[in-house]
Amino acid sequence: MQTAQLAMNQMAVPSAVKPREYLTFRLGAEEYGIDILKVQEIRGYEQPTRIANAPSFIKGVVNLRGVIVPIVDLRLRFGLGSAEYNSFTVVIILNVGGRVIGVVVDSVSDVLELPPDAVRDAPEMSAVVESSYILGLGTVGDRMLILMDIEQLIMSPEMAIIG
Amino acid sequence: MSETTSTTGAGGGADFDLTQFYQVFFEEAGENLANMETLLLHVDVTSPDDEDLNAIFRCAHSIKGGAATFGFQDVADLTHVMETLLDRLRRHELALHAGMVDVLLESGDTLRGLLGRHQGVTDVVIDASELVARIRAHADGSAAPAAPAAVTPVVTVAPEAVATPAPASAAATIAATTPAAPAAPMPAAAAGGARLLTITVGPLDQPALADNLADLFNEIPGLGTIERLDDGTPDAGGLRRFKVSTTSGDDDLLDLFSFHVAREKVVIAPLQACAPVAAEPAATAPGTVAARPAEPAAAKPAAAPSADDGYGFFVDVEAQKEQVRQQKAAAAQAEAEAEPVVEPPAAPAPTGAPAPAARPARGDKQAAVDSATLRVSVEKVDQLINLVGELVITQAMLAQTGRNLDPIAHQQLMGSLVDLERNTRALQESVMAIRMIPMAVVFNRFPRMLRDLAGKLGKQVELHTIGEATELDKGMVEKITDPLTHLVRNALDHGIELPAERVAKGKPASGSITLAAEHKGGSIAIEVRDDGRGLSREKIYRKAQERGLPVHDQMTDHEVFQLIFEPGFSTADQVTDVSGRGVGMDVVRRNILALGGTVDLDSAEGYGMRVTVRLPLTLAIMDGMSVAVGEETYILPLASVVESIKLDEQYIKSVAGSNRVIEVREEFLPVVALDEVFSVPRFEDQAGGGIMIVIEAEGSRVALLVDELVGQQQVVVKNLEANYRKVPGVSGATILGDGRVALILDVGQLVRRARH
Repeated sequence: MQTAQLAMNQMAVPSAVKPREYLTFRLGAEEYGIDILKVQEIRGYEQPTRIANAPSFIKGVVNLRGVIVPIVDLRLRFGLGSAEYNSFTVVIILNVGGRVIGVVVDSVSDVLELPPDAVRDAPEMSAVVESSYILGLGTVGDRMLILMDIEQLIMSPEMAIIG
Repeated sequence: MSETTSTTGAGGGADFDLTQFYQVFFEEAGENLANMETLLLHVDVTSPDDEDLNAIFRCAHSIKGGAATFGFQDVADLTHVMETLLDRLRRHELALHAGMVDVLLESGDTLRGLLGRHQGVTDVVIDASELVARIRAHADGSAAPAAPAAVTPVVTVAPEAVATPAPASAAATIAATTPAAPAAPMPAAAAGGARLLTITVGPLDQPALADNLADLFNEIPGLGTIERLDDGTPDAGGLRRFKVSTTSGDDDLLDLFSFHVAREKVVIAPLQACAPVAAEPAATAPGTVAARPAEPAAAKPAAAPSADDGYGFFVDVEAQKEQVRQQKAAAAQAEAEAEPVVEPPAAPAPTGAPAPAARPARGDKQAAVDSATLRVSVEKVDQLINLVGELVITQAMLAQTGRNLDPIAHQQLMGSLVDLERNTRALQESVMAIRMIPMAVVFNRFPRMLRDLAGKLGKQVELHTIGEATELDKGMVEKITDPLTHLVRNALDHGIELPAERVAKGKPASGSITLAAEHKGGSIAIEVRDDGRGLSREKIYRKAQERGLPVHDQMTDHEVFQLIFEPGFSTADQVTDVSGRGVGMDVVRRNILALGGTVDLDSAEGYGMRVTVRLPLTLAIMDGMSVAVGEETYILPLASVVESIKLDEQYIKSVAGSNRVIEVREEFLPVVALDEVFSVPRFEDQAGGGIMIVIEAEGSRVALLVDELVGQQQVVVKNLEANYRKVPGVSGATILGDGRVALILDVGQLVRRARH
């Protein structure tokens, strides 16, 4: 639905739409982009406190300057295999839906500005990421970005963060 | 009143001394007044918003309520008439007009003055009775709405008179001409019934001629009534004033009067015209001051409906006194002459119509009063508490790092760390103390409630309170009020017997209910005791059986009594059967548990019962015991820890295969292995459960198996649900000294889980 909306927006005002900025990060071999405005900060990975009986992709909670923040491992969430935590592993602290949540990604690449015409609808496919959370595919040179609606994803019931 | 943070400190003793709440009342009243003023100033006179009118009404109403409680009769009287007017306004029985707004604003100022006097910041005696009369006139609908139009021009004249000392004759003309302004719009308002007017005649060469006007009213039936306002002795520059109640129009009156005096010498003014005149004592032309102060005071009662003659009379007396005072002041001023700006005679605004000049002075005093206490939003205080919480954590982290350093090489740093720790603790305590308010705030609502209830039930009861000074977090106080009210009401309703029954049992006819609060460690214990009939084990037991609750013969009295907390006991028809006690006891317990507290009861049949509520002092900080399981650390609320014992495996017995129990002091307790509950990962060579901790919640105990006791510490309770969802078995989280997060166990849930 989000995708449809975006496509409609594109049709209505093809050139007037301001280019949006995306934070890009890697999960395995894939490169993803999320709306930069949802990102609060980027931190190094630190061992979270495990929460019993939580889904495996919820790594636990950490102390972010006095705020208890849950940490989600996106690799595990997307079934990309167990991640190795090394010095490049970073946590993107997101501010979505009034909540502060950290997501573990392999590495953060850069911030890219994508004009709307560089974004295409994702083809229907059985991707690891449910296609409803994909806004589209962005192309920058020979790179392909999977643009993700991170808020929808985090707030989804399967994420078990909201309860 | 419970929503205010009392800064008056603790009032001890069992007598209910209201004075400790005066300050709270004054603060509230001040707030309400300010609020009312803002609302009045913004209200749309032509089409006032209902919500605004209601809000203004509520302000007046709260002040009245408080004033009546504390015995400030004058404040209560004034707010009462304001309330009458506002009530009619909000019910649309009257249409709002600017004159009403003015009089209400004026009332606000007068209230401030009255309150100031009660507060002891000013000793100016303010007589509000003529203001009361004017508000009544408005409320009765007899005050003409036309007046405010006249207010503006006159008010602008007054400052001029202040600025330039006008010669006597000039001032006299102001007096004579200004009231003429409202006369013009009068006819429109004259349509309605009897009007109350002030008629000023003069200046006349022979003032006695004016007295003929009075005769006119006596001679012509149906014209109305007339009263002289100035008593005649000082001839006031040839002016005469009358209070007239009539149904005739201005023109008719003037026609009649012209038999005796020239038309242009007669000035007819409705009551509001007096208000601006009141400001005029500020005009300091020596000659006129002596004459004119009588005018505002005397003229205004003219506005009072005849029913209020008492007020009118009273004011007249006051006015005379005032006149004398003003004359003296004028004499003094005549001597001073040089700078005739605004002198005290204007400031006291004795007629209740505060001259604008009076305000700055009062403002200063107000500021002086307010500085004693500071009303701060709870939000700000909470933010402060959060920040201090962070500081405590940082301090703990520093202390832990410091422990790894060589104390000899880093002597200075070590010293500073110790200082930091001490200061942080002190800061934390001070900040927490901001939110602390005495239990008296809760207790003091009970005498009245019990008195009313006892009257209704035909019972006699005495209330004793102990430890009212015990302080508790404001949030807690608010939340504990309802459960406590419930317990106290139950004690009287179901506990205390009727006087005859009590005497028959050999008890004093008057029952006794005791409320006691005291600090016990990190928690507060509140007891509600009564010497009534107590609980009957048999009846509860029988009732529980009927309700299908799990009961057995071996239950201790204590366990049986706990049954009244079961939801099944809370329906109304059982209450009378089971010697009462049951109405919503489950709700009471649930509320208290939600606060992290416990509730316990004890009873001796025929001798009374005691309910003990234990609560943490605050929800933000908790005394915790940290325990280790595998690589993980969990926090147990210290209040729930009964004892910890080195585990001897042989005492653990299995029941029905999977359930395990352990015998501790001749009691079998269910065993809860924390590593199993939280599926803590274990390395193969690790053996878990070296320590058994007996924890208690909701009157039941379980044995919790952990690996190790780490220590005891105060923890800042953090909400896990702010960014995540509720986790079963976990009530919150905290941050340890090393910056890591530890989960706080929900002991109640662990116990329930093991028991069922």
